[in-house]
Amino acid sequence: MVDVQFRFRDDDAVNDPAVTVSAFTEQSNATAVRVEPGDDARELLPSLDRLALVEVAFPNWTDGRGYSSARILREAGYTGELRATGDLVIDMLHHMRRCGFDAFAPEKPLNPDDAKVAFERWENVYQATAVDGRQPIWAKRHPA
Amino acid sequence: MYKYDDYDQQMVDTRVEEFRDQVRRRLAGELTEDQFKPLRLQNGLYLQLHAYMLRVAIPYGTLNSTQMAALGDIADKYDRGYGHFTTRTNIQYNWIKLDDTPDALADLAKVEMHAIQTSGNCIRNISSDQYAGAAADEVADPRPYAELLRQWSSFHPEFLVLPRKFKIAVIASEIDRAAMRLHDIGIRLVRSDAGELGAEFHVGGGMGRTPFIAKKLRDFVPIDQMITFAEACVRVYNRYGRRDNKYKARIKILVHELGLEAYAREVDAEFAHLLTQPIEPPLAELKRIQGFFTDPPFAQETGGEVDPDDRDDPDFRLWLDRNTYPHKQPGYAIANVSLKPIGGIPGDATSDQIRLMADLAREYSFDELRVTHAQNIVFPHVKKRDLYALWQRLDAADLSTPNLDTVGDIIACPGLDYCALANARSIPVAQKISERFGSAEKQAEIGELKLKISGCINACGHHHAGHIGILGVDKKGKENYQLLLGGSEGADTSLGQITGPGFDEDGVVDATEKAIEVYLANKQGEERFLDTYRRIGMAPFKEAIYG
Repeated sequence: MVDVQFRFRDDDAVNDPAVTVSAFTEQSNATAVRVEPGDDARELLPSLDRLALVEVAFPNWTDGRGYSSARILREAGYTGELRATGDLVIDMLHHMRRCGFDAFAPEKPLNPDDAKVAFERWENVYQATAVDGRQPIWAKRHPA
Repeated sequence: MYKYDDYDQQMVDTRVEEFRDQVRRRLAGELTEDQFKPLRLQNGLYLQLHAYMLRVAIPYGTLNSTQMAALGDIADKYDRGYGHFTTRTNIQYNWIKLDDTPDALADLAKVEMHAIQTSGNCIRNISSDQYAGAAADEVADPRPYAELLRQWSSFHPEFLVLPRKFKIAVIASEIDRAAMRLHDIGIRLVRSDAGELGAEFHVGGGMGRTPFIAKKLRDFVPIDQMITFAEACVRVYNRYGRRDNKYKARIKILVHELGLEAYAREVDAEFAHLLTQPIEPPLAELKRIQGFFTDPPFAQETGGEVDPDDRDDPDFRLWLDRNTYPHKQPGYAIANVSLKPIGGIPGDATSDQIRLMADLAREYSFDELRVTHAQNIVFPHVKKRDLYALWQRLDAADLSTPNLDTVGDIIACPGLDYCALANARSIPVAQKISERFGSAEKQAEIGELKLKISGCINACGHHHAGHIGILGVDKKGKENYQLLLGGSEGADTSLGQITGPGFDEDGVVDATEKAIEVYLANKQGEERFLDTYRRIGMAPFKEAIYG
């Protein structure tokens, strides 16, 4: 397993071994699952309450399916650790946070200074993703 | 015109800083070219045959004179004194140095411009009708909706690495001047019988090696759900679009392979779910944006017409009849500047020409200009009484070619002269055709004829949608050109058919001439080339070309 380099959670790290989505839906005692780009994250929705860790794999960072998987899980109320793993790049970290990822396990460790800048770079955002708790620009323009 | 507030300005400024940092890491060797490429592409920076090319976004083709002048200055400061307006209503600079690009982007940011998402597998610049806000036939000005989509799609966290690029157009009239049905998503604003405004969604159009006309996905999405519906459309594409083959990765292939109904079912389910999420900006935001797009203060005296004495100038009369279009406001006209001088490079303008057009917009068109997908420039609001003065200034700068929508008004991609993807040159073919048919007499005889040239099957020159289309291919190491007839991009969108075996450069110009001769010999009444072709079919053309 690749080490978690950045984590934005206060609870204890989850180190349960992750199983595939098909293994997870067939066995009832697993608490960690690994979602590959071609997996349908919606298959996990009936059993979100027993999950402590979802690893979303990025074999290649230019395959963006994992972004949708992350948002779908968060939109459905998943509150456990959502970990991006694999070919992660500095410049996408912020956007991954916005999609609900709160742990990052890059295959090759990233420069921590560059990563810190990237996580904090965007003070404002245009969209409401409904999963990162950030107020979009339009909401700031029109306070309720 | 839209004006940035502090938030918008901060977003583009932040992007400049981010890009500056990426270039620094690239030059320091922290990023390999392979790693850097997808990042620079999201900033519109390509590595072409000879140099870097920077593509600057012109959102929905609208810009003010300050912005236009800045585009001219950038051409001088960072390029070789000219720019190339593109079929996506953007501008490209072909001779950019990598270490200059952060400064060029910073200069752009000062005039509320950027190169965000002008390339890469993300949602690209939103395009629209170049006559928006000026044409009489629109149900609403489409630009506020395009601006709403621009903000939604800029740095959209889920949609930055889609299977492939994604192009959206928004129009608001029956007549389609933006090739809406050749976009990944085409939106037409419509009014219901009850008078409510909504969005008609079309999906899966596009050119490239497998051209498709977009299919209608929804007749009417309520306007306060438009962003959410677009989000559903793109999410389904992001999840299910093919990623195994870049030539089959556009949404058109997904819609084709799944079938429209299956795709629509997925979108409906996703849309129903996303409506439960707080995604849609409030109508107050749309209203705020609409406040920037109110009519300019038109002069109220009506009946202002072109002075009959001015019409006596035959060159002006040609231009007036060919390059102007009716305005919704009495006494005003829409004036088109053709960037297709005879023998010129389609879409190119020098920095001096760009600055002149900026000045003229300030003097004659309420500070506004538009870029068209046919690579021309529009002054949207000109007093008819001012048209002669405007024309004289354009004429002195070689910007008065009276050939809008005629055979000389060629759309062409940069081709093998600049582009690393091209198989054949486009520009010399365009120049030869323009020289052969460009005279005023020929053009008057031939009338409306949309001719489009692409230097490879990626179809940036829209050859599928040309009444006459020319496609450059590589045939055993030699440039070869296929001829297509019968394409169109308007409300009557159709895809051109290949005539038969290809030609060399001169051969395709000759074949074009033969096709035009067949048209002229068979033309009935006021028929355009396209009408005659549709009536008599391919056979007589084939016979004349190959017989």
